[in-house]
Amino acid sequence: MKNAIIKMLLILLTLGIISWANQTLDSYTLSILNNIGIFAILALSYNLINGVTGQFSLEPNGFVAIGAYVTALFLIPAADKIDMFALVDPAPIVLEMQARFLPAIFAGGVAATLVALFLSFPVFRVRGDYLAIVTLGFGFIIRIFALNTPAYTNGAMGLNDIPANANFLWIGSLALFTLIVMLHIVYSKYGRAMKAVRDDEDAATAMGINTFKIKTVAFMTSAFFEGVGGGLLASFLTTITPDQFSFLLTFQLLIIIVLGGLGSMTGALVATVLVMGSMEWLRFLDEDMVLFGMHTGEHPGMRMVVFAILLIIMMLFARKGLFGDRELPEFIKAKLKRKDEV
Amino acid sequence: MDLTTFLQQLINGASLGSMYALIAIGYTMVYGVLRLINFAHGDIMMVGAFFTFMATAAGLPFTLAVLLGILGSVIVGVLTDKIAYKPLREAPKISLLITAIGISFFLENLFNVIFGGVPKAFSAPDYLTKIFHLGDVYLPITVIIIPIVTVAILSGVLWVLYRTKYGMAIRALAFDIPTVKLMGIDADRIITLVFALGSALAAVGGIFYAVSYPSIDPLMGVIVGLKAFAAAVLGGIGSVTGAVIGGFILGFTEIFVVALFPELGGYKDAFAFFFLILVLLFRPTGIMGEDLERSRF
Repeated sequence: MKNAIIKMLLILLTLGIISWANQTLDSYTLSILNNIGIFAILALSYNLINGVTGQFSLEPNGFVAIGAYVTALFLIPAADKIDMFALVDPAPIVLEMQARFLPAIFAGGVAATLVALFLSFPVFRVRGDYLAIVTLGFGFIIRIFALNTPAYTNGAMGLNDIPANANFLWIGSLALFTLIVMLHIVYSKYGRAMKAVRDDEDAATAMGINTFKIKTVAFMTSAFFEGVGGGLLASFLTTITPDQFSFLLTFQLLIIIVLGGLGSMTGALVATVLVMGSMEWLRFLDEDMVLFGMHTGEHPGMRMVVFAILLIIMMLFARKGLFGDRELPEFIKAKLKRKDEV
Repeated sequence: MDLTTFLQQLINGASLGSMYALIAIGYTMVYGVLRLINFAHGDIMMVGAFFTFMATAAGLPFTLAVLLGILGSVIVGVLTDKIAYKPLREAPKISLLITAIGISFFLENLFNVIFGGVPKAFSAPDYLTKIFHLGDVYLPITVIIIPIVTVAILSGVLWVLYRTKYGMAIRALAFDIPTVKLMGIDADRIITLVFALGSALAAVGGIFYAVSYPSIDPLMGVIVGLKAFAAAVLGGIGSVTGAVIGGFILGFTEIFVVALFPELGGYKDAFAFFFLILVLLFRPTGIMGEDLERSRF
């Protein structure tokens, strides 16, 4: 009872801070916070399938793309769509898709979930690194479809003028909601089954766990929130093209969850702030610098070199990431306990 | 489709398939020995093409440039193994895979920073850009050279694998690394050899690619690499002959599907994955693989 009250107070406090930040902070700071919020949703949900369930999926970019496109199509007014679709006329169903903000975001999540359900049959017939390649392939195919079905996606030109309804109040609250849902899953019966699948799938089967069902549930839940994150991303950026949903997106999320510790939700959250923050902070690396009186010129991609090296070093020397597979409170407890023993 | 077009496409398919086959061998050999999908293998191919490009840009003769390109790839491939994969031999497979993804991203972005993302024109010497007309069939000389060189190289690789002591050591490693070490064989040296061989073949594939499409960019290895991996799985991963067969099947399919159904052209890059997924669903061991745990090379 006491715990529940503390939790409620914490949630209310966070919501209060979010709404305060939304009203007082300047637009630059807010745009960074929005970015962090969206990536937190994506990283938390990616961590569910990858870290908690141990299925090394490489297709969050595909689910994010689905969510982004579906939400965008629901949000853009029909008249704008007719103007925007330059290559071919929009399909009739595209013109009929109209919804308010929250239903549109929800629809993006549902669409991604359905695709995940459909894909889970081929994907979970294989394990380990094969699963990585198959999911990578699906992520790739989803992008190819986005490029080649201009009646629905406007092809390579993408969708623009998406109504910018996503403010920090929405993004922050949904990120908080995602964290709460994820933590509840991790500590539930399902979460324990997922961890069992990760640690030893054969043993989990022997204990009577329907591993296919558990993996599919994790995959679908993860896809739902990735779709929601994609919808928020579409509304936040107001422009989407198929190229935004390349493997780069998956790579960024992978760095985040590896840094946070595969399987740790609070770790993923902390790592999102660190990685997205330093992405912003390291922006100078991509720009023209003056070193010893010489101009280095612009180097788009320099930041990614740094992050790739970071990922490799982490795998070589600190494979557990920040918190290992524990959540923050357990991690602190364990640290304190060890200090007492010493 | 009349006979001329058919012949034309057949030759194009053989040329494309050769490239996939050359790259697929590297995947299959590394997987056979280390059970690792070397994500960076496609980028090793890109490295080879770029080294060759730099050498020709510096005014070196083309043959020398090709050798330097191959050497560059071999050095990068072997260093990758020494620095990033070797310390993780005992680690969980997923850690190795994440590291490989990191290496792949590192190489792509490093070359992107150095050379810029804009595709660079790759200038091949005149004798490689000639075009023959055999009746109505239009034959760029590369399309003839590529399959011939590929077959020659493959015979060489098979000779090394089955007729030399090193080849025997590679095949033995694929069965059981600890036992091979007990037999007094330096396993790390043999693994280095595997990476060197695979990277050299990838470099040759990359140079063929650069000559055929005359342009290169830092991300050229991504899609080709993934397709070559699909070819390796299609043929049965771990089997060199399988990788070659898979590469050619993929090359022919890609060319013929686009020739027969031009409206599917936009989905060209997706075929490899459809194939891959179908193979994994219905015959996970591929064409040449007898049993995933048994067959090696």
